[in-house]
Amino acid sequence: MAILVDKNTRLICQGITGGAGTFHSNQMLAYGTELVAGCVPGKGGQRFEDKVPIFDTVAEARTQTGANASVIFVPPPFAADAICEAVDAGIELVVVITEGIPANDMVRVWAYMRGKSTRMIGPNCPGIITPGQCKIGIMPGHIHTPGRVGVVSRSGTLTYEAVGQLSATGVGQSTCIGIGGDPIIGTNHTDALRLFNEDDETDAVIMIGEIGGSAEEEACAWAKDHMSKPVIGFIAGATAPPGRRMGHAGAIISGGQGTAEAKFQAMEDAGIHVVRSPSDMGKRTAQILGR
Amino acid sequence: MKLHEYQAKELLSRHGVTVPPGSAAFSVEEAVAKAQELGGDFWVVKAQVHAGGRGKGRFKEMVSDEVIADVLAGAADVPGKGGVQLCRSIDDVRAAAQCMLGNTLVTKQTGAGGVEVKTIYVTTGADIAREIYAAVLLDRQTSQIVLMVSSEGGTEIEEVAEENPGAIHKVWIDPGTGIGDWQCRQLAFALGMKGAAFKGACKMFKGLYQTYLAADASMVEINPLIVSSDGEVVALDAKIAIDDNATFRQRELAEWHDEGELDPAEVEAAKAGLSFIKLDGNIGCMVNGAGLAMATMDIIKLYGSEPANFLDVGGGANVDQVIAAFKIISKDENVQAIMVNIFGGIMKCDVIAQGVIAAVKEVGLDLPLVVRLAGTNVAKGKQLLEESGLPILTADTMAEAAEKAVAATRA
Repeated sequence: MAILVDKNTRLICQGITGGAGTFHSNQMLAYGTELVAGCVPGKGGQRFEDKVPIFDTVAEARTQTGANASVIFVPPPFAADAICEAVDAGIELVVVITEGIPANDMVRVWAYMRGKSTRMIGPNCPGIITPGQCKIGIMPGHIHTPGRVGVVSRSGTLTYEAVGQLSATGVGQSTCIGIGGDPIIGTNHTDALRLFNEDDETDAVIMIGEIGGSAEEEACAWAKDHMSKPVIGFIAGATAPPGRRMGHAGAIISGGQGTAEAKFQAMEDAGIHVVRSPSDMGKRTAQILGR
Repeated sequence: MKLHEYQAKELLSRHGVTVPPGSAAFSVEEAVAKAQELGGDFWVVKAQVHAGGRGKGRFKEMVSDEVIADVLAGAADVPGKGGVQLCRSIDDVRAAAQCMLGNTLVTKQTGAGGVEVKTIYVTTGADIAREIYAAVLLDRQTSQIVLMVSSEGGTEIEEVAEENPGAIHKVWIDPGTGIGDWQCRQLAFALGMKGAAFKGACKMFKGLYQTYLAADASMVEINPLIVSSDGEVVALDAKIAIDDNATFRQRELAEWHDEGELDPAEVEAAKAGLSFIKLDGNIGCMVNGAGLAMATMDIIKLYGSEPANFLDVGGGANVDQVIAAFKIISKDENVQAIMVNIFGGIMKCDVIAQGVIAAVKEVGLDLPLVVRLAGTNVAKGKQLLEESGLPILTADTMAEAAEKAVAATRA
């Protein structure tokens, strides 16, 4: 069933009446995602585009519709609160698209989530898609093709680039996850590799990392001992200067830590198929799969 | 967003952290007046720039290029006066202020260009019995805030971590309970503190965490934190950076921010809603998305050139932003070719193509321009570029675009 989302996923959109929420909810509906409810405090009882019922609270939306996933388009000052509401309602998967949430807010969210069953993807991410079945997020659906390669990445458009290359070489995708470019994220590279490794419908994984932090190194250490499927790896930021934040809040080399070279090295040590050119991700994957 | 030392100390003192008496000065006369107000017979004058390594830094106008090269290489002993000067008389204070204000300080961290000193901080000399290091920051591995101390004050923490990791002690803070007194005690005991210094250190640690929290900091670093001979614990230096994502609720601190140290092109880009970082290469790039922008820089290097900048136009760029981006890139005299790399998702390729055409018509085009479009409405986008009659080179893949851009700089 690919990973995390499929045709049985029933989705709530928190912030469905905002600009981005409206636009992307329409896109998700057009893709065929089962968007069953919206949540906007004070707008309960209304309908989105005359179809999708809107509720005041996530708890109510879940009870009434049986939703099991939520996507958050709430602005940064209120996004952490929206995540906690979804977690409290027992939503299994929360995908946080919002960019610009203060790190201190995410520290509190992280502590609140401990011991609870919700999985979070993001924040500051494009979302997750299982091609042909369910799209949760802001990625262009049409570039994807159903297939058996998983994609995990901290970036948005660089994920699309990898997917575009795969589709162009005739290689389809099982599930593609953008895990987000912030320092605190819910699902990291290791989590995604573990899920893909256990998935019967995934044969290989493209892992795209960035400078900053040590999440890629940790994922490589895990992959070295556990991964039974080929992983194709790229790290963005080999030319980034130290001490500067490269767009993403988490993409910064500090105190000599988090360099692209160290991450490429960790990939090689773990037996990951490293591509040094971001233009070769699709081609290399096709080669490894013998296409 | 970085604060200056004098601003950081003002902020710390609001949260119960003991800082030495002192104040900022913007002119030589003001510096002298502040020193007289402070009284005593020992002062320290410190250049207020965002870069570290001020003490070992030297002023471009005062020393030879060889000395500056030594500073940049991190040499231990370089001749001349630095960005932190000890003064034993009011005349010394005047001389230090004259040496610093209006001159360009180069430190290991500023790069060869250096930074013009516009503000100095005049403070009293300290009686130092012991130097410690303390910092509060986000631990990305645990997603918790960590308070970290080292018994080796005055040394950079990265160096201590490498050479003497046993000197570093850490506590992780639960955001629900905040920092525990027991955690502060744990660190003070680990540092071997006793008596008044023990109490002072506990109060200091608590104050540092409270400052971090209240200011939405991304880092609070005190190096050195000193213990005086009578056991007083004082933040002798202070570096604070504020989380850029939190400026919407840190209005006062956002107003404190000194933009003067940023590259003017970066300030201009920020106003246009672009994420831009100036680099030293010769191929300017314009990309949508931070990851793809980094990957574009990397592929330029793979094909044998260096990127002139990082520029992310974001997910929903409009024609005005594309024009602003072109203006900023074209102003850089090192740029010999421009590479546009757009993967259209929400942002449609035809809209970007219109933006590029409008920008070229408005800004003019003296440089080779390579445009690579992919994703949503790519065919329409390419058609618009072709029909424009402008001398735009197009490419289907990132590799092809990089190859063409690099070749163009060598033609």
